[in-house]
Amino acid sequence: MEEIIINNETDVFLMQVVHLDKVEYTHSMESRLEYLRHDKVGRPLILVSMGTSSLVAGSEATYTRICQYSEERNLDAEIMQSGSFGMSMAEPIVSIQMPGRTRLLFSNITEDRVGSLLDDVFHNTIPTEFCIGQLRNDKHEGYRDTLFLDETAFMKLQKRVVLKNIGIINPESIEEYIARGGFKAFVKTIKHYSSEEICDLVEISGLRGRSGSGYPTGKKWKIAHHTPSDQKFLICNAEESDPGAFMDRAIMEGDPFLLIEGMAIAAYGINATKGIIYIRTEYYQSIERLEHAIARAREIGILGHNILGSGFNFDIILRKGPGAFVCGEETALINSLEGKRGMPQSKPPYPATSGLHRKPTIINNVETLSNIPAIIGKGPDWFNSIGVLNNAGTKVFAISGNIKFPGLIEVPFGISLRSIVFDIAAGPPEGKKFKGIHMGGPAGSVIPVSLLDTPLTFESIKEVGSGIGSGGIIAMDEDTCILDMVKYFMDFMQRQSCGKCIPCREGTRRMTEILESITRKPVNDNGHTTLERFKGVMQLESLAAVMKDTSLCGLGQSAPNPVLSTLRHFREEYEEHIFDRKCRSNRCTELRTYFIDVELCTGCSLCAKKCPSDAIFGTPRHPYFVVEEKCIGCGLCYESCKFSAIHYK
Amino acid sequence: MEKLDNLLKKFPDLSRDNLIPILQATQDEYGYLSEESIKKIALALKLPASKVYGLSTFYNQFRFSPPGKFHIRVCHGTTCHMNNAGLFLKEIHKIIGIGDGETSRDGLFSLEVLSCIGACGQAPVISINGKFYDRLTKEKLKSVLLTYRNMEVV
Amino acid sequence: MVFTIEVNNRPIQARKGETILSALRRNGIQVPTLCNMKDYTPTGACRMCVVEIEGRENLTPSCSFQVEDWMKINTHSPRVLAARKTIVELLLSNHPDDCLYCERNGNCELQLLAENLNIRERRIPGKKSAYKNDKSSPAIVRDPAKCILCGRCVRVCEDSQAVACLDFTHRGSELIIATAMSKPLNFSNCINCGQCVIVCPTGALTEKIQFEEISNALHDPEKILVAQYSPSISVSLAEEFGLKGNRDINGIINAALRKIGFNKVYESSFAADVNILEMAEEFLRRQSKGEQLPMITGDCPAWVKYAEQYTPDILPLLTSVKSPQQITGTLIKTWISEKEKINPAAIFSVSIMPCTAKKFEGQRVEMTRKGISDIDTVLTTRELARLIRLHGIDIDLLEPEPSDDPMGGISSSGKLFGVSGGVMESLLRTIFYKHSGNELDETKLPKLRSFKPIREAQLKLGTAEISVVAVSGMNHAVKVLEEVRSKKKHYDIIEIMACPGGCVAGGGQPITKDENAIKNRIKALYDIDNKERIKTAHKNPQVIALYEDFLSEPMSKKSIELLHTTFTPREVIL
Ligand SMILES: Cc1cc2nc3c(=O)[nH]c(=O)nc-3n(C[C@H](O)[C@H](O)[C@H](O)COP(=O)(O)O)c2cc1C
Ligand code: SF4
Ligand code: SF4
Ligand code: SF4
Repeated sequence: MEEIIINNETDVFLMQVVHLDKVEYTHSMESRLEYLRHDKVGRPLILVSMGTSSLVAGSEATYTRICQYSEERNLDAEIMQSGSFGMSMAEPIVSIQMPGRTRLLFSNITEDRVGSLLDDVFHNTIPTEFCIGQLRNDKHEGYRDTLFLDETAFMKLQKRVVLKNIGIINPESIEEYIARGGFKAFVKTIKHYSSEEICDLVEISGLRGRSGSGYPTGKKWKIAHHTPSDQKFLICNAEESDPGAFMDRAIMEGDPFLLIEGMAIAAYGINATKGIIYIRTEYYQSIERLEHAIARAREIGILGHNILGSGFNFDIILRKGPGAFVCGEETALINSLEGKRGMPQSKPPYPATSGLHRKPTIINNVETLSNIPAIIGKGPDWFNSIGVLNNAGTKVFAISGNIKFPGLIEVPFGISLRSIVFDIAAGPPEGKKFKGIHMGGPAGSVIPVSLLDTPLTFESIKEVGSGIGSGGIIAMDEDTCILDMVKYFMDFMQRQSCGKCIPCREGTRRMTEILESITRKPVNDNGHTTLERFKGVMQLESLAAVMKDTSLCGLGQSAPNPVLSTLRHFREEYEEHIFDRKCRSNRCTELRTYFIDVELCTGCSLCAKKCPSDAIFGTPRHPYFVVEEKCIGCGLCYESCKFSAIHYK
Repeated sequence: MEKLDNLLKKFPDLSRDNLIPILQATQDEYGYLSEESIKKIALALKLPASKVYGLSTFYNQFRFSPPGKFHIRVCHGTTCHMNNAGLFLKEIHKIIGIGDGETSRDGLFSLEVLSCIGACGQAPVISINGKFYDRLTKEKLKSVLLTYRNMEVV
Repeated sequence: MVFTIEVNNRPIQARKGETILSALRRNGIQVPTLCNMKDYTPTGACRMCVVEIEGRENLTPSCSFQVEDWMKINTHSPRVLAARKTIVELLLSNHPDDCLYCERNGNCELQLLAENLNIRERRIPGKKSAYKNDKSSPAIVRDPAKCILCGRCVRVCEDSQAVACLDFTHRGSELIIATAMSKPLNFSNCINCGQCVIVCPTGALTEKIQFEEISNALHDPEKILVAQYSPSISVSLAEEFGLKGNRDINGIINAALRKIGFNKVYESSFAADVNILEMAEEFLRRQSKGEQLPMITGDCPAWVKYAEQYTPDILPLLTSVKSPQQITGTLIKTWISEKEKINPAAIFSVSIMPCTAKKFEGQRVEMTRKGISDIDTVLTTRELARLIRLHGIDIDLLEPEPSDDPMGGISSSGKLFGVSGGVMESLLRTIFYKHSGNELDETKLPKLRSFKPIREAQLKLGTAEISVVAVSGMNHAVKVLEEVRSKKKHYDIIEIMACPGGCVAGGGQPITKDENAIKNRIKALYDIDNKERIKTAHKNPQVIALYEDFLSEPMSKKSIELLHTTFTPREVIL
């Protein structure tokens, strides 16, 4: 950034931004804001998305290449980094804003495409095959024949509240955040509201926990607010260890100041002076961004002692979770923060009355907290107007799996699941039949395609036997075997169970074993294992019931969900595996039978040598054959054949 | 152990609250937690060594043997699983002969299975010494591994 | 505040603030538990105690939930019973099916639960975790395969014994209780007190069985078998045979041991009196010099190991007198063997103790002279019971017999060694006498008989007053030592026993669910003191004879050589 802003000025600056409606602005202040919002750019602006999903796709090389390009041609351009916009398939995304024109977003700009893209754009042609769309902005001149981003299928049905800045602003610039209205809500909070009022506002807004709990946030805050204590804590749960979920990560990477503002308001509401972000260690970039953001917020006095002269003290520290899914559970998280094994504890007492170091502690999810600034800034009624009755606001989802347009989306409550899957994420890959979606992480449930018209609310999703969870949606088409998925989730739970209570520790393990035996090759069957398998299947449902009924924490209570929901909606696949010993998606490799195409087989004998169970016979230079009963389905022959003569069914 | 002494000095508050950050910093420094480090940290924090050990075995992050020169992380999240991450693990075992948490005999490779990197849109994903490889296939994986191995031979 | 709640369609009285479990138990409704421990905060880990509460979606663990007046509870509904049964079945699915070979067969909580829940088939199949058992320790054997991960051992070891040798390690289905770095027990900081064995519901923690070693000796015509047993045994052994009331059955023990084939049967309480005389002398000498105070007892080998590991700086404060077990052992192989003209190498000396740590003490290198160890084998109370059964002895039909001269149990002072505060009481009786030449008017020191873990008392010695403390349970001992170290407290003598309550609650004692067992054992010991004619060590005629005949006087050159020992700092993983 060309202008360096010194601390004091920033301070004044923020105050003025906050009182925008009352104070007359000098001309220069206005232009300053315009500059920060990129409403007016003096020279071309190039933004490279640098979220984890962009990095994975190679955005770092793209960035370097762009810098190189700009240097070589002496482009007078400003090159910046942004968070990931949410279109995973389109990464790395590069946005370009020419002076006076709208900003354009381009997809899949890998290193090798940089040259041609910049050549084109700087010569005023738009490479349509890479162009996602243009950002709407009244002050800019739009491009003809180019969709506005909010008209694209991906964005049309989305409502971005939490994600509004993501991919658009520079996540390392607190000034940009402020210029876009950031910290306004916080300053309003500490200047105009009592802590009680903040709790009230949040309660009225109808905000419910976005971790999947759906617990009314304001109500929870009030419990902590009303518990007398010399010290209270606010913890932001950024563990996000559900595989397939990356909503929180995107927020922290793309708009870290939003979370900080949300936390500061929450802390004020419950009178906490210390905030802790408990974040996954693997989220390197989020950690870096947050560290930077916290430092900046301290510098300008948004965090610290006697904030903006209000007498309110609050600071945030980051703690890296050393890797255990169960530490997402509140009491386990607290144990982990106290330097103990992350084993959950019996509730009550709930953390809101007795949490970290037995002090009242509020634990909220990243997304929950990131909703707060908008609620306070725009008012609870505004928030309540989004979504449907009892389900106010929006929910962020991470969609992946067998889907055309995986990525990060934010939709208002009430939208149908079908819209999410088919309209926004564009449905299954070409030519594939859709099977259903899995919602809610490893403890979630599968919703079959027939129930996709269910509207998105906590209650209706629960009705169909699932839960919204934290926001991971895995799309499954015909190539996905339900048993394989369920086995994966169960195995995950088995490995993540803390082991404290018996039903979860032993139950997840036994259920995994039962599922494994269902998906194992009949050849391994002696009379005994058939019996065991049969017995096991009979146990699945009763075990699941006891685990749900008696486990100590949410992990064990919800671990059987995938099994129960699929037994309900996909029973026929279970039966096929058990009785016909067949996997219709061909995923359960051990159930495959291999055979050799006599036309293609040259009789090289390689497969026979590789087969670990001596199931392949033949004479050299004549076609070989597989003895089905002996084949254990390992697939080694299939891999070894140089003539693609081996197939399976 | 001198490095550990210095590291401990950076934590003015040697309370149990700081145990995990200290262990993390130690692992960052040495690449793993040795018996000596655990004993020393336990002593410094006035905790029984069994508690420090019990804690460190609970969490995925901590390892008790030095990592290889090339540290492979395989994402085994749901989407990666659907895209055959499981087979990758087998493949790595076949090529390098190591499983989760292990280091190859020559000290070249070590393997860590992650529950999710969070790049599900680009599954399957692995990273080697921090460099990501996305939308992998078995063939691509093979060639990536061999590149690293050859890098060392040369 | 008392209110009425409905349980199984009947009203019961509950108190505000108590847990559901406690309300149920008080009203005679039994709900099974595995991880629950008296006087510890509930962890809610085992889920055995779940009950059904109307209006709550899931079952509720009664151990960690407070009663409230609106509750309607069902403790044995089909849903609850099915859940409990499944939980036990799940445990059994990962349990070695070898009850018949298990130490705890017949006294195992898991077995009892399976029985009570009427489990009659192996319903849940599955692989069992393969674990090796750890036989490295001289005192305790750990078999993780039998562990149901209730965590009781972890909690006593940390909370009550301040050792924290064990902790949960790993997680999920790999969860296993282990020492630091999963080292074998003998490399760990385990002090061998055996409290974990006492609380373990299954056979996962047991003492190191040694009673089979005796069989060989018994049938070796060259060997002379000599036994000694501690006073805490004679008030607890009866429990192993289901006899009511904790009476002193030392006469029966004598008879039983002789039947088994022991040539001589002595009582360790004799050596306890010797120990008192030596300690009294040592104390008076140290006191007159005004140095090395307080004097700390060293009878409890668990405490001694603790000190060697954790507080090597205070080792010089420990009395150098050997424990009664070791004194008896030494005297058997010196005095008795001289007297009876037996080659000490031919003697097989067995000590029967309420204690697992004594097994360790018996093996200490300091306890060996000229290649001959003072004690050959140490058995626990439980092993003695097994030995008696093995030899087909019907304890009901035995006539009491006296123990052998010259080391019988004539005075009650030595018998008090079994209870916390007892050593101190006997010691003060003798110190007072030695100091003033008079007997204490009232031999009992009530302050030392409170049931508190820390018992302080004062005694006037002429113009001076000495201040003493008896403490049991290592967690309390640590507190006392800390206060002494920081000069907050001053004592002249400190008695430390590792086991909460003293040796009557030792790690080798009968494992019972009777909450009053320990109090009854203590009461039985105090009863002996009430009844016995000779109540002080210095009046014990057999002890007087020992000094006249062999040692000349307390802390003579000979007694120092034979009856005193040394301690050395010990390096283990702390
Ligand atoms: C096994 C388990 C894992 C959890 N993991 C997470 C997580 O990764 N992130 C999260 O925000 N909440 C997680 N939760 C939910 C939290 O316990 C808690 O309910 C949440 O942080 C409350 O935040 P909210 O009120 O904002 O939803 C998990 C719960 C359980 C039982
Ligand atoms: S339900 Fe599972 S994760 Fe939760 S406490 Fe029990 S064992 Fe641990
Ligand atoms: S060893 Fe015994 S007391 Fe310890 S956890 Fe296992 S079963 Fe419980
Ligand atoms: S108090 Fe007694 S039983 Fe317990 S360890 Fe010490 S000597 Fe043994």
